[in-house]
Amino acid sequence: MNSAFAIDVRGVTKKFGARTVVNDIAMQVRPGEIYGFLGPNGSGKTTFLRMLCGLLTPDGGEGNCLGLDFRRESSEIKKRVGYMTQRFSFYEDLTIEENLDFIARLYSMTARKAAVQKSLERLGMVERRKQLAGTLSGGWKQRLALAACLIHEPQLLLLDEPTAGVDPKARRDFWEEIHKLAAGGLTVLITTHYMDEASRCHRLAYIAYGNLLASGTVDEVVQAGALTTWEVSGENLSVVADKIRGLAGVEQVVAFGTTLHVSGRDAEKLRVSVAPFMTNAQRWTKIESGLEDVFISLMETAKDNFS
Amino acid sequence: MSFNLQRFWAVVMKEFIQMRRDRLTFGMMVGIPMVQLILFGYAINSNPKHLPTAIYAADNSPFSRTIVWALRNSSYFDFTREAHSTAEIQNWLAEGKVQFAVTVPVDFSRQLLRGEKPDLLLEADATDPSAVGFAQAAVSQLATTVINRDLTGPLTRLRASAPPFNLVTHQHFNPESISQYNIVPGLIGVMLTMTMIIITGLAITRERERGTMENLLSTPVHPGEVIIGKIVPYIMVGYVQVTLVLLAAKFLFNVPFIGSVPLLVALTFLFIVANLAVGITFSTIAKNQLQAVQMAFFFFLPSLLLSGYMFPFRGMPGWAQNIGECLPLTHYLRIVRGILLKGNGLAECAPDLWPIALFVAVMLAIGIKRYRQTLD
Repeated sequence: MNSAFAIDVRGVTKKFGARTVVNDIAMQVRPGEIYGFLGPNGSGKTTFLRMLCGLLTPDGGEGNCLGLDFRRESSEIKKRVGYMTQRFSFYEDLTIEENLDFIARLYSMTARKAAVQKSLERLGMVERRKQLAGTLSGGWKQRLALAACLIHEPQLLLLDEPTAGVDPKARRDFWEEIHKLAAGGLTVLITTHYMDEASRCHRLAYIAYGNLLASGTVDEVVQAGALTTWEVSGENLSVVADKIRGLAGVEQVVAFGTTLHVSGRDAEKLRVSVAPFMTNAQRWTKIESGLEDVFISLMETAKDNFS
Repeated sequence: MSFNLQRFWAVVMKEFIQMRRDRLTFGMMVGIPMVQLILFGYAINSNPKHLPTAIYAADNSPFSRTIVWALRNSSYFDFTREAHSTAEIQNWLAEGKVQFAVTVPVDFSRQLLRGEKPDLLLEADATDPSAVGFAQAAVSQLATTVINRDLTGPLTRLRASAPPFNLVTHQHFNPESISQYNIVPGLIGVMLTMTMIIITGLAITRERERGTMENLLSTPVHPGEVIIGKIVPYIMVGYVQVTLVLLAAKFLFNVPFIGSVPLLVALTFLFIVANLAVGITFSTIAKNQLQAVQMAFFFFLPSLLLSGYMFPFRGMPGWAQNIGECLPLTHYLRIVRGILLKGNGLAECAPDLWPIALFVAVMLAIGIKRYRQTLD
């Protein structure tokens, strides 16, 4: 591999007609890293993944994926990448075993039978191998999809919102599996909407309206957000929220359960604005901004800049 | 781009499993030929006989009885009603109670004997020309012959004189004009066109509609492997249908098998591939399964109407014949009928083979070009 990165791309751009869906994005992912890819719906995450594995032709950009030119050598890349689609995309009228066997054949695997058997065992589906995939529950479908993506032992795993609609226990098991795989050297690029999942990634990128807004480790992203956040607790929070929303320096007021997060990038302006409200009725504490505060802030800013 | 046999085989196997599990489609593949056989084989007759006929014999003489008897003997006319006025006859024709009405005028025998050449009126409900055509043709010569026998003795002079020459007609290959001989072999082509295009038309659109296409495209499989892998199982289905119809033709309809059946089976291969290529190409254009079926019908209709299956090919105007010549079914019908009814060999079939081959080449080229390896 002529690069220290599993993914090393620059200037990746994709247009659908006049609309730029992915705009000049650069990304570097190290081997064995779990890289989280976040952003609102329709921000271009799926489009970016599809370009990486050759499903869409980029309109611009250059770079390598697994040491191969991602624009010209997509057929070689396909052999080394496992791509798990957002929607379950295996054959519902084939059994679990038949699905795995079909995928193994498409990758021209030499020890196909053994690979299918191993995969079934790891899934814990040896007894249910003859069950039609269409009759599986959401969580099991997701596990089957992951197993099918891994059957040809790829070097890079692209997961597009793999945990959408899956219960918390299955999600936790899924992430444990991902971490195990990454520890074994597999590079994982994963898109998600969940903040707890984002914080499980080694590194993150945040994309909105096709533009990369932030990237780095969780701490780096939070730092780069340069956000000051006050946590308010007490009574009549909704009244307070209505009053302070729109004051100078108050960029966002978000309810977090029984508390209120009030944030802004200009710490001084924010303090001046909210000072009159610091009465005894509510308790105000300055807290560390969380990932979610930063992301909401990024999304709001992006809306102003690009839409 | 290299064709990988293992990946190709993976697609074939998958299609077979899915076909087996899809009961409805599987039933359709056997059911459609059955229904078509019954409808086209037993129900449709382009040479209708025993048509209901009314008689108004104002002149009840031996001559008129002879004529009625002769008409009945032609087997085209069944005398179901006897009228007592012309008004009655007009009513029956208008109401569709009878297809024909024969009127023997009052003075028929007297005028005949006087040599005045009286009129015998045959009225037909000609709203459907094909229903009356054969019957009319059958009567036309009746007049010259039937009455001669009754004109004996001094009446001999009234006999129709022999025409100056004899017109001899030989109806080759189907002397009795049995519709089934024409329809049942042609049915092989019609049925293959219908089922092959619809079923394969659904093949790729189904992958796209169910989202499995995205997955398929992210694997190393090539377009050629997918398309040919999807075609192969349906070629076999096509042959099952061909066998069904051939067996029915032989044992139920007694269609003569004059030519070589192995030759027919071999040439049918090209025709099956032609239809599969159309189906695959449609499915790469259609956005969903419904559109694929609509496109299949769009192709099926001209195939049925302009190929010479339902209506005589040579009866169509030039432009329609030109369109017909572009359709594989037109050429295949000539091949099937040629082999079974005329005993044609490969040499006689060749002029209809290359147009089908050309059609396949063009369709497959479009299909493979249209099958995108990306989702753009």
